[in-house]
Parts: sequence; structure tokens; C-alpha cells
Amino acid sequence: MTGVPDELDRRFREAAASEGLLDVAYDIAESPIGPLLVAASDRGLCRISFDPEPEHELEALARAFGPRVLRSASPVDRARRELDEYFEGKRQDFDLAVDLTPLPDFQRRVLEELVRVPYGHIDTYGALAQRIGNPRAARAVGGALNRNPIPIVVPCHRIVGSTGSLVGYAGGLEIKRALLGLEGAILPG
Amino acid sequence: MMEAVAAIPPFERFYEERRDEIFGYLARLLGRDAAEDAFQETFLRALRGYAKLEHGRHLRAWAFRIATNVAVDERRRSVPTEEPDEIPVTDERPAYAELEHLVGELPPTERAAVVLRYGYDLSYHDIGGALGSSAEAARAAASSGVRRLRRRHS
Repeated sequence: MTGVPDELDRRFREAAASEGLLDVAYDIAESPIGPLLVAASDRGLCRISFDPEPEHELEALARAFGPRVLRSASPVDRARRELDEYFEGKRQDFDLAVDLTPLPDFQRRVLEELVRVPYGHIDTYGALAQRIGNPRAARAVGGALNRNPIPIVVPCHRIVGSTGSLVGYAGGLEIKRALLGLEGAILPG
Repeated sequence: MMEAVAAIPPFERFYEERRDEIFGYLARLLGRDAAEDAFQETFLRALRGYAKLEHGRHLRAWAFRIATNVAVDERRRSVPTEEPDEIPVTDERPAYAELEHLVGELPPTERAAVVLRYGYDLSYHDIGGALGSSAEAARAAASSGVRRLRRRHS
């Protein structure tokens, strides 16, 4: 069986992206907390996954954005570069468009508010609930953060319990602790 | 679960499953150099059509259909300057394997029909789909191609 030469494979993936034929382009980015799957739609960054095995993500991306999901490096180059800078401690704010369009209204409002929590600061689920005008919704806010499709860039790691306990993180508490440590956030207790 | 069986897979999965086979097919039809251009065009066309698919059945035959169309366009466009590659065939059809190096001499439709039938084991129904003809016409093209090959071989 003649395999497709790597260069030809790469050229096709580039052409598919540059001709605007993809619903979602993704690639794997190396990071100090392990490989990340990074995906973008034509509106912006739409997924960062701590699970580097694309098989687990492709179906979900196809359901949310359309079936033309293909690994292609250049559409996520900028996100990859900004993530590198973040992990090197050289970047505090991401200058990236994000695509939250497939999310339910409530979750989108929570995540849009979350983006305002600055680098190195922490906040609580309750305070975030208050800021979206729904002070009794702390638990629902927790659920919305737990399903955050774009962790790190949409910084759900900066939200902790009212007592300052880390509570939970889709990527695992170790990663949450590492990100807050990188940002120099002071955890109570 | 019937729905899941026919669901359209993410394009990445379709591409990974089909790319080597389609590249080999195009190399058989066009020769390796021309196959490189045709390969990219085949999968770009597939991407253009992918969002319009209604289900994920017969994707293999669909990929061969697009590749066949691209190969036909390619041959119309250019005067062939090279012989198609001789790709070793490791299936259990010695008769075809012995004849394969001659398929480049067949007319385009017969060539595609013969390669799809004996090189890739597609049904005549699917070959008809790939050639834009009926299953009967596909069968006729394949047998006519094989007869021609045998005559040239002997």
C-alpha cells in the first residue's frame, strides 16, 4: 500500500484551511502541563482540551460546529504562540477571539463575565453569580465553569469556593493549582 | 443505535481512513506525480461536499467517485507524459496482479472499473456510482477491460 507522503498530507491540510473549507481546525500544542488539543472555528478559539487524544474531542466538535473538523496547524498558530508566552510567564492577557456560540445562554454569560477576572486574581462562584445578576446561582455557575470549553484562556481556574478551597477543575486540581501558582495568585489558607 | 452507524464522521476520521487508499488509486490511474495534485483536489472537493451529505453511508464509494472524477478531469486536461506506477498488489488475485502493469493502456472508464473492482474490491453497484453509470455498465466496462488486458498480455 502506498502511503500519502507527509509533505502532501501537510499541503492538503493547509489548503483546506486557507480555502476556508473547515468548520473547525485543531492541532496539538505542547505545554508544561501536558499536551493540549487546541481548536478554532472561523469565529475564534473554540476548544482547549487537556485530553490530547483527539478521538475523544472530534465527535463533540463536529456536533457543535459542523462535521468538517480537520487537524491543521496554521489556524491555531496564534493561540499556540500566546499559550507558550503565557506558560513562560510573558503574557497575562490573551488577545484571541473566542467562539462560545454553541453554548447555552446562561453558560455563555457566565464565561463572558469570567474573562474579566484578571491574571493572578481569584474570585468565588458566589461573586461571579452575583455579577451576572443571579446571586443564588453559585451552584449553576460551578456547573457552567466545569463545562468550560476553553480553559486557561477563559480562566475558570481563577474561581474558587467561598472558603478559598480549590473545589474542582475539569483538568484536575493539580493543573488548577499549577496555573494559579504560575500566575502568582495567593490562595487563602 | 442505527443512527450512529450512519452518522457522518468528523472529516479528520474520514480523511485518515481513506487517504492512503485514494492516493494509491490515483497513482494507478494517473502516475505518481499527477496523483499528488489530484489527491489534494479530491479531498478539497470532498470537503466542499461534506457538509451537504445527509448520512455517512457509502463514504468509501463516495471518495472513489470523487477521485475518479478528478482523474478523468486531469486526463482531459493533460496529455499523459508518464506511465502509471507499477504498484505491487498483494491480494489473492494472481491473474489481475500479473496484468495490473498494463492497466495504464486501457481507456479511462475501463481502467477505473478494472482498478476499482480488482484492486479495491468495490461492488459493481459502487463502481457504477463512481463512474456515474449503472452497475451493469460498470460490470461491462470491467469485463471489457479485463478481456483487453488478457489479449495484450498474451
